[in-house]
Amino acid sequence: MTVIGTRMPRKEDPRLLRGRGRFGDDFSAAGQVWARVVRSPIAHGRIRRVDLTQARRADGVIAAVAAGGVPAGLAIPVRLAVRDIDLSGYLQPVLATGVVRYVGEPVAVVVAGDPYAAEDAAELVEIDIDEEPAVLDAAAGAGPGSPRLFPAGNVAADFTLGYGDTETAFRQAAHVVEAEVEIGRHTGVPLEPRVLLAEPDPRTGGLSIFGMTKVPVFNRDLLAAMLGMDQALIHVHAIDAGGGFGVRGEFYPEDFLVPWLARTLGRPVKWAEDRAEHLVAANHSRQQSHRVAAAFDSHGRITALTDDVLHDNGAYCRTHGVAVPELTVAMLPGPYRVPAYRGRVRVVLTSKTPCGTYRAPGRYEGTTAREQLLDVAAGRLGIDRIELRRRNLLGPGELPHRRSITTLGTDVVLDAGDYPALLQAAGAEMTRLGYHAQASGGGAAGRRRGLGVAVYLEKSGLGPHETADVTVSETGAVRVLSGGTSLGQGIETVLAQIAADALGVDPQAVDVVNGDTDLQPCGTGSWASRSTVVAGNAVHGAASAVRARALQLAARMLEAAEDDLVIADGTISVRGDPAVSVGLGEIAKAAAPGGPHLRPGEPAGLAVRRRFDVAHMTYPYGVHAAVVEVDPGTGRVRVLRYLVASEVGRAINPALVEGQLRGGAAQGIGGALLEEFSYDEAGQPQAITFMEYQLPTAAEIPPIDVLLAQAAPAPGNPLGVMGAGEGGISGAGAAVASAVRDALGLAGTVARLPLTPPRVRRLAEAGAGRKPGLP
Amino acid sequence: MKDMHQIRLRVNGREHELTVEARRTLADMLRHDLGYTGTHLGCEHGICGACTVLVDGSPVRSCLLFGVQADGTEVSTVEGLAAGDELSDLQQAFSDHHALQCGFCTPGFLMLAEAYLAERDSADGLTEAEARELVASNLCRCTGYQGIVEAVLATAGSRRRAAGP
Repeated sequence: MTVIGTRMPRKEDPRLLRGRGRFGDDFSAAGQVWARVVRSPIAHGRIRRVDLTQARRADGVIAAVAAGGVPAGLAIPVRLAVRDIDLSGYLQPVLATGVVRYVGEPVAVVVAGDPYAAEDAAELVEIDIDEEPAVLDAAAGAGPGSPRLFPAGNVAADFTLGYGDTETAFRQAAHVVEAEVEIGRHTGVPLEPRVLLAEPDPRTGGLSIFGMTKVPVFNRDLLAAMLGMDQALIHVHAIDAGGGFGVRGEFYPEDFLVPWLARTLGRPVKWAEDRAEHLVAANHSRQQSHRVAAAFDSHGRITALTDDVLHDNGAYCRTHGVAVPELTVAMLPGPYRVPAYRGRVRVVLTSKTPCGTYRAPGRYEGTTAREQLLDVAAGRLGIDRIELRRRNLLGPGELPHRRSITTLGTDVVLDAGDYPALLQAAGAEMTRLGYHAQASGGGAAGRRRGLGVAVYLEKSGLGPHETADVTVSETGAVRVLSGGTSLGQGIETVLAQIAADALGVDPQAVDVVNGDTDLQPCGTGSWASRSTVVAGNAVHGAASAVRARALQLAARMLEAAEDDLVIADGTISVRGDPAVSVGLGEIAKAAAPGGPHLRPGEPAGLAVRRRFDVAHMTYPYGVHAAVVEVDPGTGRVRVLRYLVASEVGRAINPALVEGQLRGGAAQGIGGALLEEFSYDEAGQPQAITFMEYQLPTAAEIPPIDVLLAQAAPAPGNPLGVMGAGEGGISGAGAAVASAVRDALGLAGTVARLPLTPPRVRRLAEAGAGRKPGLP
Repeated sequence: MKDMHQIRLRVNGREHELTVEARRTLADMLRHDLGYTGTHLGCEHGICGACTVLVDGSPVRSCLLFGVQADGTEVSTVEGLAAGDELSDLQQAFSDHHALQCGFCTPGFLMLAEAYLAERDSADGLTEAEARELVASNLCRCTGYQGIVEAVLATAGSRRRAAGP
């Protein structure tokens, strides 16, 4: 019986529940010293002087350096380059050089014997800056009169994707509907801040690094290039990570500074970020304004779609370059039949923390804009919201659907599924669970309820490759060395299930190591909902090859034909004669160097490395629905019910998939109602603690219903899996916006997320009288 | 000149005697001086609750207490919950209900819930609303809280049954 599809308890749980997880700050090295980063207190200005004298004299201080003390000209390059756009003039230096461009930008770094002394000394660094006007609004920043953050201007990129003749379609349309939607600046905010420990190896001159997650091999190679050393001399260790969400594990200035200090000082250096730092230093995301428009024929069918996006990228182009704005416009048409499309995006640099990816980058934003447009269109055309979507969703007979668009260097080919069927199933589930009744039912006096629905299209399983090693040792234990990384998503359990299924062993006998660059030097990391798809299929390939090799060896050992052998519980036996058997451990021993069944020229042992190559992504999809209650007086929005219906192809562990969907939905509700990085007119960040940056608590998140669909196995991989990491958040901004719009009876859009109480009060006043408040 | 203090405390039943700087937080002292790294720091300003430990049975944010304030107390941390190889009923319920993903906030939720359930008369039923209000004390970024609420309810239910009618 296969273990794929079972709700096996997580292999990660016992150590984490006992407090024996090993997170960044749990690692220490003998003789380590502590780094503290000194950050710009000014949003934009010229650095006159950085005076380290007092800091260097402070108790316990070992070193203090500013830009002049590190190798000149070092900037962090783009990891995900798209469309051959040259961003070299907008990259972030490892320490601010000449100019500071956001509050929180690293200006200097101080090293001391303990973290308290390092923090004391950091406060003694004097930074003298000639303040210049900050750029805080992307639209103004893109205009000719704006102060310039860079010699080449503030617009890092301006490009358009699309196909077909949108102009003719709009000219000939029966209806044209336009909408403007803004998404607030927010981000992943994992609960563990970033930590790095770099330990020099006196023997090799190399480095051991703890704390690089997500893309450890890429970061290792980049660090090696920046330090001018061989990449094999850097060992990035696998550790537990307290949440990733796109933010953790990209290459930041600290990822150079801490290892460089360790090499320069010849001793282990540790850096542990505090929360106030994290909120201004780690990637922000999401901030966009959309002007989206659709042309419809007289039957309510979309004939063309356009979007004009302003993307506020903060002060620099970081490792994602312009991948998020590209994904935004590439994915905007979603699961719909769109005969002609034009999506333009301008990437504007502003005096704020630079941006990168946050779970469902570009899709959370674009789905909100597109689905708000469809809600507005439904009202204008006099067609039910669901019916309008049903008419425009691509049908199963139209898949695979090749869109004449590329993203992340891959063709957009919607691979498999039945979008209308899932919309219908979600509707039936909402009815079964009483959503419609609750949305139209009575709340407290003056409160208004509303129902929101949104359809999303996701992308997952980005290649181009992933590698896994599967090894059986002489005790019969199975070890998987994967190129993914453990960020809390449960990938150890999922890969153990996949290996166990292919090998015919108990998954508890499978040990999975993720993200150790010495053990798996070919890994490409965990991001973009790729790990179950690409790491999973690499493990499946390697474990299947180990199984085949084990059967070949067992046939020799048992003097039987391979076709007559069966494998179960780690033992290979002759079919119908279970007494004639041999265990996987014995087979490994027999195939060891010098083993009796190893033939000349054959590789020793029971171990296989396999690479899974894939040219195209796979596209999961689904439906979000929300019932909300709005208090027009206070502006407070309560989410009463929430449903995520999601197609994942095949769930390796349904409990873990549901967990991903629920957790994603909670984050998405946070971004829709609570979370926002705001700035004052001088560019001072206003959200630097959890008092101002409000993560949702259990009081704001309702129980989340999940409809897990496995009707459309992905055709592009042997396991048939689609990624499940982002579907839970992708449609959440859209569904909450739709529900609030419904509750307030708005004719237009909600205009802007997050729907904070002041914004909701203004919307309620604007929409007053359209829908009577319930008694 | 550092302001150092010699203190004694018990952690999970074990006696410790150490010298600690006046400004050192209880969390840093537990983690870095005594090696109880299961207590985690998520915000260092008392909001997230990942650093929750029990001091003389009461849940506290160990980032907001100084180590010297724990002089003479009995501190309980997540490392003390399991009995040998056996997870506690609450820990087991967290695993059963998929109440953790990255696990960073988990020790804080476990200590919070443990203190709350220990204080209540286990014969009293715990409602979903009460469990949710309790869970709303701390932050989790991965799970959406549902599994945590379910795990607390399940543990309360099994302890109530064990307490008899």
